[in-house]
Amino acid sequence: MVHLTYFFAVYGSLINFIGINVLLALSLYVTLSAGQLSLGNAAFAGIGGYTAGILTTQFGVPYLLSLLAGALMAAIVGFLLGMPVLRLRGVFLAMATLSFGEVVRIAAINLKITGGAEGLLGMPAYTKTWFIYLVIAVVGYFLSRLRYSRAGWSFESIREDETAASAMGINTIYYKTLAFTIGAFIAGLAGAMYAHLNYIITPGEFGFSAAVNLLIYCIVGGSRVWYGPVFGAALLTALPEILRGIGVTAGPIRMFVNGLILLIVILFLPNGLISLFQRRRKVAVSVLAGAGIGDN
Amino acid sequence: MLLEITQITQHFGGLCALAGVSFGVESGSVHGLIGPNGAGKTTLINILSGITPATSGTLRFDDRRIDTFPAHKIASLGIARTFQNIRLFPALTCLENVIAGQHLIAERPLLPRLLCLPGAIRQEAVYKQQSLDILVRVGLADRADFSAQHLSYGERRRLEIARALASCPRLLLLDEPVAGMRRQEMLSVAELIHTLSQEGMTILLIEHNMAFVMELCSQITVLNFGSVITTGTPAEVGRHPEVIEAYLGKSDQDA
Ligand SMILES: Nc1ncnc2c1ncn2[C@@H]1O[C@H](COP(=O)(O)OP(=O)(O)OP(=O)(O)O)[C@@H](O)[C@H]1O
Ligand SMILES: [Mg+2]
Repeated sequence: MVHLTYFFAVYGSLINFIGINVLLALSLYVTLSAGQLSLGNAAFAGIGGYTAGILTTQFGVPYLLSLLAGALMAAIVGFLLGMPVLRLRGVFLAMATLSFGEVVRIAAINLKITGGAEGLLGMPAYTKTWFIYLVIAVVGYFLSRLRYSRAGWSFESIREDETAASAMGINTIYYKTLAFTIGAFIAGLAGAMYAHLNYIITPGEFGFSAAVNLLIYCIVGGSRVWYGPVFGAALLTALPEILRGIGVTAGPIRMFVNGLILLIVILFLPNGLISLFQRRRKVAVSVLAGAGIGDN
Repeated sequence: MLLEITQITQHFGGLCALAGVSFGVESGSVHGLIGPNGAGKTTLINILSGITPATSGTLRFDDRRIDTFPAHKIASLGIARTFQNIRLFPALTCLENVIAGQHLIAERPLLPRLLCLPGAIRQEAVYKQQSLDILVRVGLADRADFSAQHLSYGERRRLEIARALASCPRLLLLDEPVAGMRRQEMLSVAELIHTLSQEGMTILLIEHNMAFVMELCSQITVLNFGSVITTGTPAEVGRHPEVIEAYLGKSDQDA
């Protein structure tokens, strides 16, 4: 018990941070599962975070309600953004969502209500560790069921071949927008929870590098099953601490290890690190999964 | 007529791929669409399935105008297709490809799944059995759990037919379904097409193998340089002078 308390005192904020990043990676997983490369999910987290933070600090809205409002606000913006930009494909969609992220960041810097460049201050630390992990469990369960629903199969079909999917009767615009909106909702929720961890949020936290990091979590973990991004986010967020544990403290070496992992995965494991654990039971799982019994 | 094609024209920039194509496809028939390379056969199938909109002309399916519909809406009326340059879902297994193809007939609602209701699991077992039955029909039952990208060329063509059948279409558009197949495999596909037709499915078949087309089709439309030369029974088409001319000039390339 003493050990556990000590552990949390030292690593508590890291554990919280891992949880938030896992949720953000899951948000991007949904969008990627429909084959859409979005770099806007960090901005959706920002929208959720600022919305929830403003509601609790300036309007006295209860915590849970502020989370819902933050997630919904991100989802609405995601829906409105998705309608025009999801007609773009591949790298053009990535660029459009990236510029959207910049617009959100610059708006947060320049608006009065968001607290400008210094950030939004005064959020009480309502978000508890157990709550973060409860939300991860709920979202993970939701996504595992979504995968074998009609929407999940549509996402999968669109990701594999959009033209063939539309010839099969799938309304690709509808399902792409749906995936994008669900992703924005989860990102907004994660952002809203994050805003109530540390008293302060600043525009820079939701910028370009955050957006790219989310993509790296998904690539490294593997984005074909929902627990791939969970693994990727947890591993890469904890990596600096793990490296410190084995005696590597110099910053550049950490960056090097990060980059090396990404490179190895891209070159040799197109389905992410998680595929290392999957390969042997692949056939068995796919048989069960068709009947809705499999859990991935 | 189940499908009526009227004055369909398609321009790609300066190129006129189809110039006022008109013909009808009788309900329950196997209708052949033949013509030399570049005649515009695939272009026409792409228009019929809503993948590319025609420059002008009208399409009627079941007395309903469909030429302005997007691809998914046309599919939802009961028109399924395969692609000449095979478009499977490569990372999915054969079974999963067919399951994905059930989009139009399988509800698969989310809520009962979230609640783990037994009804949802039972229903899924039914869908899965239907998919397996279709794999049996195309002779891929033993490949159910193989990833689609690991199939042979002919197997991939047959899997594409299976995926198209999964939505129980009324009209099936096949773009060179036996290209690259060995004789035995080709015969099994011919038999499948024949059976499907007897079950009441209407089939529009593009194919270069003349014996295959002559054997299976009750009506054949010949296309050349984007225009219809003639539509008629295999015997009528076979002795049409313009058809003989078009094919004698090109036949060695089409084999
Ligand atoms: N998207 C496109 N853009 C420009 N030209 C095109 C396009 N699609 C087809 N074409 C041209 O239209 C003509 C008809 O092509 P199409 O693919 O329909 O022929 P086809 O009858 O299917 O031939 P094949 O037997 O070789 O499959 C060809 O000259 C082709 O180059
Ligand atoms: Mg063709």
